[in-house]
Amino acid sequence: MRELVRKLTETYGPSGVEEQIRATIRAEVEPLADDVRVDPLGSLVAHREGSGEGKRIVLAAHMDEIGVMVTYVDEKGFARFTGIGGVRAINCVGGRVAFEDGTTGVLGVEEKRSDADKVPKFEQLYIDVGASSRDDCPVKVGDAAAFVRPFVAQGNRLIAKAIDDRVGCAVLIEALRRLKKTPHDLYFIFTTQEEVGLRGARTSVYGIEPDLAIAVDVTLTGDMPESKPMAVELGRGPAVKVQDGGMIAHPEVRDLLVQCAEKAKIPYQMEVLERGTTDAAAMQVVRAGVPSGCISIPCRYVHTPSEMVDEGDVENGVRLLLEVLQTA
Amino acid sequence: MILKDLSEAIGVSGEEGGVRAVLLDAVQGLADEVRVDTMGNVLAVKRGAGRDRMRVMVAAHMDEIGLMVVGHDSDGFLQVRAVGGIDPRLLPGTLFQVGSDHIPGVVGIKPIHLVEDEEEEKVAKIEDLVLDIGAKSKDEAKRLAPIGTYAAFTTRFRKRGRVVSGKAFDDRVGCAVLVELLRGERFRFDLHAAFTVQEEIGLRGARVAAYAIEPDCAFALEGTIADDIPKDKDVSPTTQMGKGPAITIMDRSVIADRRLVRLLTDTADEIGIPYQIKQPGIGGTDAGAIHQTREGVPSVTVAVPCRYIHSPVALLSLDDFENTVRLMREALSRLTRRTLSR
Amino acid sequence: MKVVPLLKRLSEAEGVTGCEGPVRELLRQTWEPFVDEMREDKLGNLIALEWGEPSKLLRPRLMLAAHMDEIGLRVTGIDKGFLRITRVGGTDRRALLGVEVVVHATRASRRGRDLPGVVATRPPHVLPQAARKKTVPWDEIFVDVGLPPKEVERLVSVGDLISIRRELAELKNRRVAGKAIDNRIGLVVLTLALEQLSGARHAWDVAAVATVQEEIGLRGAMTSAYGVAPDLGIALDVTFGKQPGVSDVDGSALGEGPVILVGANFHSGIVARLKEVAEAHEIPYQLEPAPGQSGTDAWAIQVAREGVPTGLICVPVRYMHQPVETLDMQDAERAGRLLAAFVIGLEPDFLEELAWEQGSA
Repeated sequence: MRELVRKLTETYGPSGVEEQIRATIRAEVEPLADDVRVDPLGSLVAHREGSGEGKRIVLAAHMDEIGVMVTYVDEKGFARFTGIGGVRAINCVGGRVAFEDGTTGVLGVEEKRSDADKVPKFEQLYIDVGASSRDDCPVKVGDAAAFVRPFVAQGNRLIAKAIDDRVGCAVLIEALRRLKKTPHDLYFIFTTQEEVGLRGARTSVYGIEPDLAIAVDVTLTGDMPESKPMAVELGRGPAVKVQDGGMIAHPEVRDLLVQCAEKAKIPYQMEVLERGTTDAAAMQVVRAGVPSGCISIPCRYVHTPSEMVDEGDVENGVRLLLEVLQTA
Repeated sequence: MILKDLSEAIGVSGEEGGVRAVLLDAVQGLADEVRVDTMGNVLAVKRGAGRDRMRVMVAAHMDEIGLMVVGHDSDGFLQVRAVGGIDPRLLPGTLFQVGSDHIPGVVGIKPIHLVEDEEEEKVAKIEDLVLDIGAKSKDEAKRLAPIGTYAAFTTRFRKRGRVVSGKAFDDRVGCAVLVELLRGERFRFDLHAAFTVQEEIGLRGARVAAYAIEPDCAFALEGTIADDIPKDKDVSPTTQMGKGPAITIMDRSVIADRRLVRLLTDTADEIGIPYQIKQPGIGGTDAGAIHQTREGVPSVTVAVPCRYIHSPVALLSLDDFENTVRLMREALSRLTRRTLSR
Repeated sequence: MKVVPLLKRLSEAEGVTGCEGPVRELLRQTWEPFVDEMREDKLGNLIALEWGEPSKLLRPRLMLAAHMDEIGLRVTGIDKGFLRITRVGGTDRRALLGVEVVVHATRASRRGRDLPGVVATRPPHVLPQAARKKTVPWDEIFVDVGLPPKEVERLVSVGDLISIRRELAELKNRRVAGKAIDNRIGLVVLTLALEQLSGARHAWDVAAVATVQEEIGLRGAMTSAYGVAPDLGIALDVTFGKQPGVSDVDGSALGEGPVILVGANFHSGIVARLKEVAEAHEIPYQLEPAPGQSGTDAWAIQVAREGVPTGLICVPVRYMHQPVETLDMQDAERAGRLLAAFVIGLEPDFLEELAWEQGSA
C-alpha cells in the first residue's frame, strides 16, 4: 500500500484539473471493476456488481488536492496567485509548486511589508518561475499548480502532500482489489472538486441514487504539541465520524461502522470535528436523502505540504471498509 | 436600444417584473417557446436547425442589487436593508426610486460641517442610514412605502461614443447579449435561454431553471468587475474595459469546464476576437448553481467588463459588448457533442 | 386541543439535530387521529398526508413544514471525568452556564444511558478580572455529571449527544418560556392546523412534514421537498420577538399576531393570499421583511426541483437559541387558525393565480 500511496500523492491534480490523477487511478481500478466511466464533472466511477440481494452503496474519496492558480503575471514575469481550496498563506512561504506541464515555481514573499512580523497575506506572495519578463513567462493567468513534496515512509508513518485525500483513494482502490464476494452493488467514486465545495460528490451521487454512502477522507488529530483539544490520535485506528462542520453522520451508518469494527476487532476512534467537512455532507442531501457516514484516516498537518498518517490506521481503514462491504 | 431599455428597467432581486416585461417583449418572435416558471425565470427555447438534440443552456440574470424598506421612523424616514451586495460606501448621496410608483428617495448623512475628523473616516452602516422620500409622518411613510417595498438606483442610460453608462449592467448587459443570440440564426442544437431571477442573493433562479432544462452544457453571461483604475501595486485589474469579453476559468462559485474554455479561446484566436481571462478567484455567477444541478453540467462564464458594477453608475464599452456577442455566436456555432467528449 | 400541554410535551421532548427520534415518535402519536398516512424518509423526516377531496381526481399538493430538531451539545473529549463539549447547531454559549443537561451515554450500553449533568466553568472568584468580563470560550466550558472519572470513562463516549433539560414555565398573560420553542411551537401551529383540516373540506392534498436537521443547514427540508415534490410550500418557524436589544426593525411584537414574511424567498401571490385570509377571518398579523435568506426551511423548499412557490408564517419568540425562549400562546393559536383557513380556502386552480405574466412567442 505504501507504493500506492506514494504514486497517488505524487501525482498532479488540483481541483478542476484532475486529468492526470484520474488517469493514474483509472489504471489501478480498470482491471478490478466491472465498468468504469467518467461523469459530467469529471469524477471517476468504478462499478462492481453485487450478487443481487444487497444494497446499492457508494464509496467516495476525492482525487483533487488543494493548490494555487495564477491570477496575474506582472511585467517582470512574476505570478500572483489565489488558492484553490483551503490554502493558507502561512503554508505557502518558502514552498514550491509544480504546474500541469511540470514547470516549477518558488513561492516568494514581498520583503517590504508594513506588518512584517505577522503572517503574510496572499496579496503579499508571488510565484517565481525564473522568467525575466511577462513575455517569456511559461505560465499564464488561469494555470493551476500543486504543492511539491516527495513522499516519505518513516517507521509507521507516511508523509506527503495531498494525503488529503489520496490516502482515501488508496483505501478505496485497495478495498476494491481485496474484495471477494459482496451482495452489494458497489460504486467506488473518485470525486473531483471536493476541496472547493464537494462539487463532484454532489453530482455523482445524483446519478447513482444509492441506498447508503460512505466517504473515506482524513480528519484532524489532537496529538501534537499545544494542539487544540481533539480526541482523535495517530495510530489508534481509523475514526468513525459522528459529526463535523457540515453534517451529522446518519446514526445507522455510524453504528454499522462501529459494529463492523468491533466484530472484526479493528481498532477505531470516534470523531467529532469542529471545522471542516467531507463529501459525505454533500451526498447525504442529494435527491430525497442518502444515509451517509465517513471513515476518517487520522492525519496531522492537514492542508500543509507535509501531511502525516499512520500506516496502521490506513491498513485498518481498508479492513474496516471491507468488513462493511461484506456485511449485509 | 435593448441595453438602454434593460438598464433603465427596474428589477431588484425578488421583484424582477419590470425587467421581465421588457424581455418578454424583446424575445417575441425570436424563440419557438417562451414561458415564465414559478420563480419568475423567463425560459425561451430556440430549437436547433440540425438533428443534434444537444441542449445548451445560456443564462443571464435579470435582477439587480437594491434596497428593501424594513421600517419607518417617527419622522417619516424609511429604514432599509441591502438586497444583494450593495457597498455601503456608495449609499450617501445616492438617488433611488422607491416602489411601483417609482417615488424618488434620497440617502443623505450628517453634514460634513458638523462632523469631527475621526467620524469622517467611518463608513455609515446601512442600519444607521435612512431613505428620505419626503414623507412627513410615520403613517404617511408606511402608506407610500410599506414594509417589503423595493428601492432601485435611478440612473439614466447615456452613450458617449463607444462607451455607455447606466445602472445594473450587471447583468442587463448579459441579458442584452442573450437577446442578440436569440435574434440571429438558429444553431445546430436547441438553445435554452434562461433569463434568471435572484442571482444576486444566491444564484437561486438559475438553480431551478437548470433543473428544469437538464442541459448538456451551460454558458452564463455576465457583466463583470473591471478594476482597471490606477492603484499602488502592479496587480490584476480583474478585467479591463476595451480588452474584449472576459472568460472565467475559476471564481468562488465554479471552476469552468476546460473544454468549454478552450472552445471559446480557440474560436477567438481563430477569428481574431480580443478576449481576456478574468482574474481567478473573484465573484460568483449563475454557472455556480447550474454546474451542480442533477448529475453535473459542464459550464463556463463569459462576461462584458464593466467598471463600477454594483454602484449606481457603471461603464462599459460597446466594442466589448459586440465582441462578446460575436464570440458567443461563433463559439456556439462550433459547439458539438465532440467538444464535450473526453 | 389544549395548546399549552401540547407545547409542554413537545418542548420537553428530546430531539437534538440528527437525533430526532423521541420527538418524532411523540408527533406520530399526536398526528395519528388527524392524518390519512404517515411515513418516515431516509433522513428521518416525518411525512404525514392528509388527502383533499374529491378523492378520485388528481389534486395539487401543498407541503407544510416545521422543523422538529433543536440545538444541543456533543461530547468531544473526557478530561479528568469532565466532558469537553461542542455545539450541535447554534447553541449560544452566553446562555449556557448553569444549565441542566442530559448526557446520552453510549459507551457501556449501545441503547444509551441518560446521565443528568450541569454545564460548568470555573467560578469567578478564582479568575482574573479581565477574564470575568468576557464570555467563556468553548474550551473552558465543561459538562459535569458528578461521577468519578473512571466511571465517566466507562459510560461516556466521544461523540455522545447532550440535550438541554428544561421544564416549560408559564409566565403571565399566557406567555410561556422553555427550551426548543424553536421550533416546537412551529409544530404546535402545524398540529393545530391539521386538527382543523381533518374536520374540514379542502381541495388540496396536504403533506405535513416535521423536518430534521434544519439547525445545521435546512437539510431535512431539502430532501423532503425533493421527495414530496409539492406544488406549493408553507414553512412554519419562529422569528425574533421584540425585546431589549432587538429593534423594531429586527423584531416583531409578542401578542400582536403571527408574522407573515415578505421578500424574495416568498411568492408575492402567497403573501397576498395570507394577508387576505387573515383579514377575512379577523386574525391580527404582522409583516416582516426578509431582503435575502430567510434562515428557515422555506429557503430550501423554494428551490427544490423546478422551484416551489413558498410562504412562511412565524411566531415571534424572544431570546432565541437560549433555554428561555418566550412566546405568547395567542400568537401560536392565531397562526394555526390562519394556516388552516389558508389551506381550506385554496382553490384547486390557485396555481394559476400565482402564475407570472407569460410571454407570447
